[in-house]
Amino acid sequence: MTQLFPMQAKAIESRRRGQRLVGPIDLTLDGQGATVVMGPNGAGKTTLLQLLHGTARLSAGEIEWACSTEEARHHQAFVFQRPVMLRRTVLENLIYPLRLRGVSKAHARKEAEEWANRVGLEPLLGRAAPVLSGGEQQKLALARALICKPRLLFLDEPCAALDGRATREIEAILQSAKSTGTRLILSTHDLGQARRLADDVLFLLGGRLHEAGPANVFFNQPETAEAQAFLRGDIVE
Amino acid sequence: MKHWMIGAISALAMSSAAQAADVMKMAVTTSFNNSGLADVLLPEIAADLDLDVQLLVVGTGQAIKLGEAGDVDAILVHSRKAEEAFVEGGFGSHRTEIMYNDFVFIGPKDDPAGIEGSEAATAALGAIAEAETAFVSRGDDSGTHKKELSLWAEAGLDPAAFGDWYNAVGAGMGAALNTASGMPAYVMSDRASWLNFGNKGDLALLYAGDPVLFNQYAYLPVNPEMHGHVKNELALKLEDWLTSDRAKTLINDYKINGETLFVFNAAETE
Amino acid sequence: MVDIWSGMTQAFWLVFTFDAELVEIAGRSLRVTLSALAVACLIALPLAALVAVKRFRARRLVIAILNALMGLPPVVVGLIVYVVLSRSGPLGVFGLLFTPPAMIIAQVIIIVPLIASIAHQSIRELWQEYHDLLISMNVTQGQKIRTLLWDSRRALLTAALAGFGRAIGEVGAIMIVGGNIDHATRVLTTAIALETGKGEFALALALGFVLIGLAVAVNLAIHWLGRTEREGRW
Repeated sequence: MTQLFPMQAKAIESRRRGQRLVGPIDLTLDGQGATVVMGPNGAGKTTLLQLLHGTARLSAGEIEWACSTEEARHHQAFVFQRPVMLRRTVLENLIYPLRLRGVSKAHARKEAEEWANRVGLEPLLGRAAPVLSGGEQQKLALARALICKPRLLFLDEPCAALDGRATREIEAILQSAKSTGTRLILSTHDLGQARRLADDVLFLLGGRLHEAGPANVFFNQPETAEAQAFLRGDIVE
Repeated sequence: MKHWMIGAISALAMSSAAQAADVMKMAVTTSFNNSGLADVLLPEIAADLDLDVQLLVVGTGQAIKLGEAGDVDAILVHSRKAEEAFVEGGFGSHRTEIMYNDFVFIGPKDDPAGIEGSEAATAALGAIAEAETAFVSRGDDSGTHKKELSLWAEAGLDPAAFGDWYNAVGAGMGAALNTASGMPAYVMSDRASWLNFGNKGDLALLYAGDPVLFNQYAYLPVNPEMHGHVKNELALKLEDWLTSDRAKTLINDYKINGETLFVFNAAETE
Repeated sequence: MVDIWSGMTQAFWLVFTFDAELVEIAGRSLRVTLSALAVACLIALPLAALVAVKRFRARRLVIAILNALMGLPPVVVGLIVYVVLSRSGPLGVFGLLFTPPAMIIAQVIIIVPLIASIAHQSIRELWQEYHDLLISMNVTQGQKIRTLLWDSRRALLTAALAGFGRAIGEVGAIMIVGGNIDHATRVLTTAIALETGKGEFALALALGFVLIGLAVAVNLAIHWLGRTEREGRW
């Protein structure tokens, strides 16, 4: 079993056209639990996730995994804020990542049906994915991400566009994934969701890691004034 | 879906495969084709010689060019000067006369230039030029066109100096007749194309018979020394057939509306 | 008016009696155009996909050239192919001039830019849509192209039909490179030109109606095939 963790990010930065978007940031991730990345809009949450996942280029610094970067990438998945649906059926969407990895059609189909069941999408297997509701699409995206059993799952504000019921369903799936050993990193605006899911928190401000720590510490006794203001609900820059 | 496509493509490929008979390409003039004689001769040639003659119907100018380039195996045209130059230039191995027909003057039924009953072809053309009535010329460097130009020259007239009444259409006999029918205008046509033409409208045959209007067709095989790939044996085989008694009968017996079109005049082959 | 009416009646007659010459000519029209379409798609579709996803310096230039080539006058293409395939031309040894393959070559050259341009538009749009997901999934270039081609198949079909329409009605180029030889390279469009030139308008119209009928039938057939593949799907 490939070991991804611990992951070490050293002085990572992302710059575009000379402007510093994120960093420098130092970060260590171990193999357990759920990390929530928080901060006001424009703080660089999405960019940070992309840097760690490898879909955004590092302008400086490096990221070291316990294995090679390529192998690490193979065991990760990403769920976007607005789900990207393949123009195919729900079933075909679920099968797709498995087929990419050379899994046989029959086996992939079985797995897909199981997962559809698990997330409550079974009656929609034959439906075209793009016509699903927002909540259904995000559940599909999540199932599609989890179907390859990733060791690390990134989620970028997954429930931002969803209603209460859909959010609850998503969070339930996430809790279940966490309990079966998938490491979660998700960004969110929703303080309540953060409290519900986080084991530890990364608080970003102006592209830098302003505060970090275990969840109970951050929420009950935040160190910095900005974090306190943020948790109070003030607008923080 | 995939299998269907593959099957279709193979079927397409196979169906374009050639037939068993010998095949050769010959460039002929539009006047020869439009006469309908080709439709009579070709099946007989196929039956007698097991030879599939593919006809490229073009103007004399292009026929000569095709022969020079070696894109055909033989040509059948009606322009003596051009033919002799063709042989002289080494493009054709020799020239064999096969048959002749004649040119006629066609024009609007009411004959505004009054060419009916002219004494000679040149006189008729002179009348047209003086009356400045609409005239359609082939204008395509074909045998017919070259003949027309030589007649204007003989009548002492220069087409380059003509006004708008002279229309050079740059097309084959049928297209030229069409244009003349639509205008209406005078036009010089070979008798065969005229008789076979389907859109006569207000046109009528107004003048014919001057010996200068006789039109000799000759057959020229492309020189194998110039183009090694041409099917010379087949071209010679066809030549033998075209100068045979069989061809003589078919050509002389070919009539439209009871009128003979071509007169066979090939020399006897040894 | 008489001509149009007699044209239509003649067309009916030719079709219902399966007139031998008509069948031969129509069959050849279809063979030449469908072959050209198949070859053109094999070239144009992967090309369009490649240009849509690969990042290279000359990308904008290639797209601009493809778009410009759509405006190539077909008859000029025919002329160039003629000169190249003529015995006295560079590829003369193959003896392709005045044969159906020459016509197919000319038509392929004419419709590849058209199919590629239309296909490229759709593939590019789809790529923008799928970009983040496919990159995250770490797909190979081949998987990327195959996914995009498959998921845009409806649009690609439209591109192919556009190519078919352009090709089946083409007359100038194939007249030049085919020579309109009876029983060898005569197709519906060149036959129409010939009969019109002979003043046989009714027959030309009849052939014209058959051509229209064929084009419409092929369009319908392809759409029907596309739909019965998967019911009620995207």
